[in-house]
Amino acid sequence: MITSNQQSPENIVEMRSIRKVFPGIVANDDITMELRKGEIHALLGENGAGKSTLMSILFGLYQPDAGEIVIRGKKERISGPNAANALGIGMVHQHFKLVHNFTTTENIILGMESPFLDVKNAAKRVKEFSEMYGLNVDPHAKIEDISVGMQQRVEILKMLYRNAEVLIFDEPTAVLTPQETAELMKIMRTLIEQGKSIVLITHKLKEIKAVADRCTVIRRGKYIGTVNVESVTEETMAEMMVGRQISLKVDKEAREPGETVLSVKNLSVLNARKTLAVSDFSLDVHKGEIIGLAGVDGNGQTELVEALTGLRNVQNGSVFLNGKDITDDKTGKRIKSGMAHIPEDRQRRGLILDFTLEDNLVIERYRDEPFAKRGLLQRDAIRQNAEQIIENFDVRAGEGAKSIVRSMSGGNQQKAIVGREMELHPQLLLAVQPTRGLDVGSIEYIHKRLVQIRDAGYAVLLVSLELDEIMSLSDKIAVISHGKLVGLLDVDKTDENEIGLMMTGIGKGETA
Amino acid sequence: MKKIDKRVITSLMAVAAGLLAGAILILISGHDPVAGYYNLFRGGLITIQRIGNSLALSTTLILTGLSVAFAFRTGLFNIGAAGQMLIGGLSATVFALFVPAPRFVMIPCVILAALLGGAVWGAIPGFLKALFNVNEVVGTIMMNWIAYWIVSVFVRTTIPESEYVTTVSRPITGDMSLRVGWLTNIFSGSFINIGLFIAVIAAIVIHFLLNKTTLGFELKSVGFNRHGAEYAGIPVNRSIVLAMTIAGGLAGLAGVTFYLGYQHNMQVNVLPPQGYDGIAISLLGLGTPAGVVISAIFFGIMQAGKNFMSAQTQIPPEIADTIIAVIIYFAATAILMRRLIDYLGKRRRDKKPIDIVKDEPKGGES
Repeated sequence: MITSNQQSPENIVEMRSIRKVFPGIVANDDITMELRKGEIHALLGENGAGKSTLMSILFGLYQPDAGEIVIRGKKERISGPNAANALGIGMVHQHFKLVHNFTTTENIILGMESPFLDVKNAAKRVKEFSEMYGLNVDPHAKIEDISVGMQQRVEILKMLYRNAEVLIFDEPTAVLTPQETAELMKIMRTLIEQGKSIVLITHKLKEIKAVADRCTVIRRGKYIGTVNVESVTEETMAEMMVGRQISLKVDKEAREPGETVLSVKNLSVLNARKTLAVSDFSLDVHKGEIIGLAGVDGNGQTELVEALTGLRNVQNGSVFLNGKDITDDKTGKRIKSGMAHIPEDRQRRGLILDFTLEDNLVIERYRDEPFAKRGLLQRDAIRQNAEQIIENFDVRAGEGAKSIVRSMSGGNQQKAIVGREMELHPQLLLAVQPTRGLDVGSIEYIHKRLVQIRDAGYAVLLVSLELDEIMSLSDKIAVISHGKLVGLLDVDKTDENEIGLMMTGIGKGETA
Repeated sequence: MKKIDKRVITSLMAVAAGLLAGAILILISGHDPVAGYYNLFRGGLITIQRIGNSLALSTTLILTGLSVAFAFRTGLFNIGAAGQMLIGGLSATVFALFVPAPRFVMIPCVILAALLGGAVWGAIPGFLKALFNVNEVVGTIMMNWIAYWIVSVFVRTTIPESEYVTTVSRPITGDMSLRVGWLTNIFSGSFINIGLFIAVIAAIVIHFLLNKTTLGFELKSVGFNRHGAEYAGIPVNRSIVLAMTIAGGLAGLAGVTFYLGYQHNMQVNVLPPQGYDGIAISLLGLGTPAGVVISAIFFGIMQAGKNFMSAQTQIPPEIADTIIAVIIYFAATAILMRRLIDYLGKRRRDKKPIDIVKDEPKGGES
């Protein structure tokens, strides 16, 4: 239904001069984006650049303060997700919104069922759609029984079932293995062939290169430009995104690993639901090496790290630090024995958000000289420590050492944690998703620091969901799947495909 | 600094709203609110003796308020100040009545007895929380009733006033009381006692503990973010027990100032309202020792003046309690009030150009 008047008819969605202000920040400042019919349009920007806000406006979750939205040549006011659906706009959220003990069909028709449920018929339609787009979804499977990649397809089906023409994908590959990512790209292309249009929100340049036609870049809420993906390099797009030249490669020289620092022997750990999250896991980490632990989210990484740091009880097996059995030691003692930890969740674990920066920077050492004497805090020493870390690690905070950490940006919070943990001069550093949610500049910085730690002779266990990060930093890669160590590989003798396969639980030498 | 100002304004607004609601109630009951408030505050302040009584009432409230505020700063909700106060009072009373000692030994001993009694009463729900994850709200409420009945049994069986009067305990005589002659004389015979000094010293000690010591650092970090404290190797369970012990001790001190200072005996079947008032005072005082002292004095004046108001104007004394209740409501909904202030502030300030995107409100870290 193209009822165009003056604007070019090929644009199915036009967002013109969109402005959105939240208290204290301009999230979107005069952003224009045009989605052509039948294209995959990437929306590129760092975390916090305003991508999600822009798409939330298109999906009706926010109202713009200025600017207009034109759908199929007609100016529209999108009052909410239902209005967006009615206009043929659908969104696959980063965190799926599915009911786990419902079947795929039940999830798909949820919210649009008529008074008398006709699940049978609905299942048939779901099957039709699934075949038409090559999604391969079983209409009767329960969500809790299917893989994350499959759940994502259910979300896609949900949109198609509602006759969506414009599909918005919000960071869709964050939860996928490399194989699943490749599958998703194939699905996207099929969708385009069937006449759909796609907006792909991402900060991964490789994906844009692989699948997108055009790319709109925004930075700090401002429109930077729209480019034809074919005609630009990844480096150019990165520069547009960050605003300066950056190096995507990590410089790292080969090093001989030294003696064993961390030794994990046949470790088994239960998760909160009392099922085995880590089972019979053994791994050694040596001085001067970075071991990367690769795995799909939720395969026991969290529990493993919590067991190593003393935050979770061990069911079986033991942990040695420098040859000493620390399996039963409390967290505080482990820190004293030379273990440092960049936690997965910096706001829940890593920081006391309502404390000042300087207090957070002595959170493990506030009892020790020179920070305390006879039970009294020594403010001068605490301040000095903070100022040193702020300078050495380029932590930026409004009021310096006295800033309340809650008011700092995620990147600076993370830099503060990295600085604090390095200042412990640990034997072993557990770095869990050290760059999660950070901008490219901070990522580059933290990566450099991690390599420095390794070169200084520390042992590093790097846990990350970003395979690229693991590949570029690690000396060896350990792959975990369902709580088991699937394999330990030399980084030079493997590739993304092999690791991706192993992440699904298929060991080296086996076939799928 | 700006943030603190805003919080103080919130508290003042809560007080204003409480007084306004009280005025409306006085109007509805057919009286003159101006005369009512005039007499309410006159009742608390008109003579040096009345000022003394207001301060004597404030003394207990400072200590229960500190107890709640301290627990709150460490992430715990101490609903049990009433029970801790009872046990503190009982420990002190029993010591005073059964152990003969000269005054200069007696006074420190009854204070210590109250401190220890309250501390034990606070520590028990602390242990229950640390060991079995029993919510401290439930734990402390239960301990209130246990204390209530223990006091009743003790007063009736062990320390009744006489064979015939078993609903109150044997009176505390001059030697054992916290009232001292020179103070009573200055305030021309009021109930004021050295408990006031205990309360002020306690406030200073708690301020020091929270802000200057490693222990305070530890307790506060557990209070703000238990998981973060755990991560940093701080013994969280020990902190919980310790915090509840200290909070209990403070409420125990409230007991000695009330039962051996303001009063001179203990009654059966009374759960002292100061325990719950402590929650309001702590909220209104923003959880800081100085704020608690100021709020407690304000509450003390109203408590001391309410009967005077009633006698002068026929306004029921319950109006004063209603005002306190409304203040609690508004102090508790402080967040709402703060939003209102923000909103009004924003309208007054012109739209200043703001730039720089910090964090996307949606997405990013969950």
